[in-house]
Amino acid sequence: MIEAIFIITLLGMSLGLLLGAASSFFAVEGNPLEAEIEAMLPGSQCGQCGYPGCSPAAAAIANGQADITLCPPGGRSLAQQLAEKLGVSADLSGMEDKEPMIAKIREDLCIGCTKCFKRCPTDAIVGGPKMIHAVISDACTGCEKCFDVCPTECIGMHPLPKTLQNWYWPKPAIAA
Amino acid sequence: MGFADFKLFKIRGGVHPAENKHATAGHPITPVPLADRLFIPLQQHIGAPAEPIVKRGDKVCKGQLLANSQGMISAPVHAPTSGTVIAIGKYPAPHPSGLPVRTIIIEPDGNECWADVTLPYSDPLTLDPDEIATRVAAAGIVGMGGATFPSAVKLNLRKRYKLQQLVINAAECEPYLTCDDQLMREHASEIMQGIAIMMHALQVPEAIVAIEANKPKAIKAMREAARHLSAIKVVSVPVQYPMGSEKHLVQTLTGKETPARALTADIGIVVHNVATAHAVQQCLYHGRPLIDRVVTVTGGAVKNPGNYLTPIGTPVSMLFEIAGGFNEEPSRIIGGGPMMGQPLPDTKVPIVKGSGGILALTAQETAQKTAMPCIRCGSCVTACPCGLLPLEMANRARANDLDGSVKFGLMDCIACGSCAYVCPSHIPLVQYFNFAKGALAEKQRAQHKQEEIRRLTEFRNQRMEAQKQAKRKAMAKRKAEMAAKKAREAEEKSAEAGA
Repeated sequence: MIEAIFIITLLGMSLGLLLGAASSFFAVEGNPLEAEIEAMLPGSQCGQCGYPGCSPAAAAIANGQADITLCPPGGRSLAQQLAEKLGVSADLSGMEDKEPMIAKIREDLCIGCTKCFKRCPTDAIVGGPKMIHAVISDACTGCEKCFDVCPTECIGMHPLPKTLQNWYWPKPAIAA
Repeated sequence: MGFADFKLFKIRGGVHPAENKHATAGHPITPVPLADRLFIPLQQHIGAPAEPIVKRGDKVCKGQLLANSQGMISAPVHAPTSGTVIAIGKYPAPHPSGLPVRTIIIEPDGNECWADVTLPYSDPLTLDPDEIATRVAAAGIVGMGGATFPSAVKLNLRKRYKLQQLVINAAECEPYLTCDDQLMREHASEIMQGIAIMMHALQVPEAIVAIEANKPKAIKAMREAARHLSAIKVVSVPVQYPMGSEKHLVQTLTGKETPARALTADIGIVVHNVATAHAVQQCLYHGRPLIDRVVTVTGGAVKNPGNYLTPIGTPVSMLFEIAGGFNEEPSRIIGGGPMMGQPLPDTKVPIVKGSGGILALTAQETAQKTAMPCIRCGSCVTACPCGLLPLEMANRARANDLDGSVKFGLMDCIACGSCAYVCPSHIPLVQYFNFAKGALAEKQRAQHKQEEIRRLTEFRNQRMEAQKQAKRKAMAKRKAEMAAKKAREAEEKSAEAGA
């Protein structure tokens, strides 16, 4: 009897010590999920989600305060990735309608003020002072930062043009 | 020679649709007169679109280079006739979407004057294999069976793979089409020359020409042409759709199955279409770039179906006119065969390098029954030549579960349409797969863009940070200079005062 109590106590103490040591050795600072989610976000700090940047947005998602569909530049693909990561089911119905938009500059109105060019978080706008600017559509996230600052309102947001490269067959309609 | 004893292997699945080849089989290849305007899309191949080197108003000769290939996987385009470039702009593509693509429009002058064609050699078989591929690339030759993959890339595979055999795909398993059949009947010896050049380019010791048994005259003509060529075998393969799928053809001929998502080159075999072999011969022996092709114009609605040697860029509507117009209003126009071909939105689109056939089908031929629920009969599983479960894949695609569909082998689906053909409930199975593949590609593009944007943002942030640092440094330097100056002035002042 005494031996058994002794052994169990010893076992408990040693395991407890081990756990205690492990918790200080492998201590994690902050929520690791936050960092992982931040790495998945576009990182353009565009603020379209309503948070001041991607890092606060990641924190909000990790805490469950924000919806995974909050990031318009990330679009459906990001929402699906986040859903997988967090193990939640993604309600993408709200995103379905919103096509990814990209900025386009109307050359006849552009005065070459470089305001948009300076604000673009992905360097998607090229141009110089008093020269017509242009948007590289492949690099544009549609964050609308340039849209807001243009003094001549020459920037419009347009859906990505359909080409043979990105066109694909629609889903066959289900017979009623 | 012992043709009869060539051992063939069975492939699984497949279907036997009504051939309907009788309407055009044996119709001699008729040259098509020049259209008023030729529309030459800059992308008639898989890969990057060509970049024009001519401009509006330029006079061009027949066979002259119009646009250069861009990058490794691309193909140039040439002028199908002499005339004037009247525009370089957007024109509807021969594609189900009908989206406009960059197109060079030529107004023929009717003189058909050739650009200088000089062949600096007499026998192409003495050329370096690399040189052959270079010439094939420069002639804009692409896979003419419909896939339109640049042929030169496939002729250069010997550097990366250990190759043993060249297979010439002349199965022509699509119903209705007879363009390859007729080409073989009329140009067997040229095709043989082309095959010999391809073998030389690939440095393989033997070639097999596989022709479906429903083309006895083509088989006879090809065997006749190959009589003195012991390295080229002409083999009759059973009639079974999709025999013309290269992986299935190779399996029929060799018994070897190409691994999933691999190339036939991985098992030492390169497959080229028979019309491509003809185009290669035309290029190496006559210096002719790919500027025309044989097109089968057929379908129940066409008055006089036939095979037409058509300059690239001829509008589809003109081909139908030459074929006598329509008996009745066609319910659907299809580019390619009825199984894998794609509906064309309009007949004003041009013939391109990959157009083997143009069909005008009647309402009776396209009769579509409404889809009913799946009864899980397994007909599609039996019919699938790739050994997949079409019903499971389609269920997932319908529910937008793309990854689930991929797990059931979506990426191994060759979109042959056998499943949809046999489905007793008329479920548009292959249509679901085409949608799912497109949606998947879209998803991958989005993901790629996401990664690129992250990279760009990081780069920009780094640059901004570096600029800030530089500014700070410059500021600190200026401050230090100012302080030094002040100190110096103070020193001088105190020195003056002392004096």
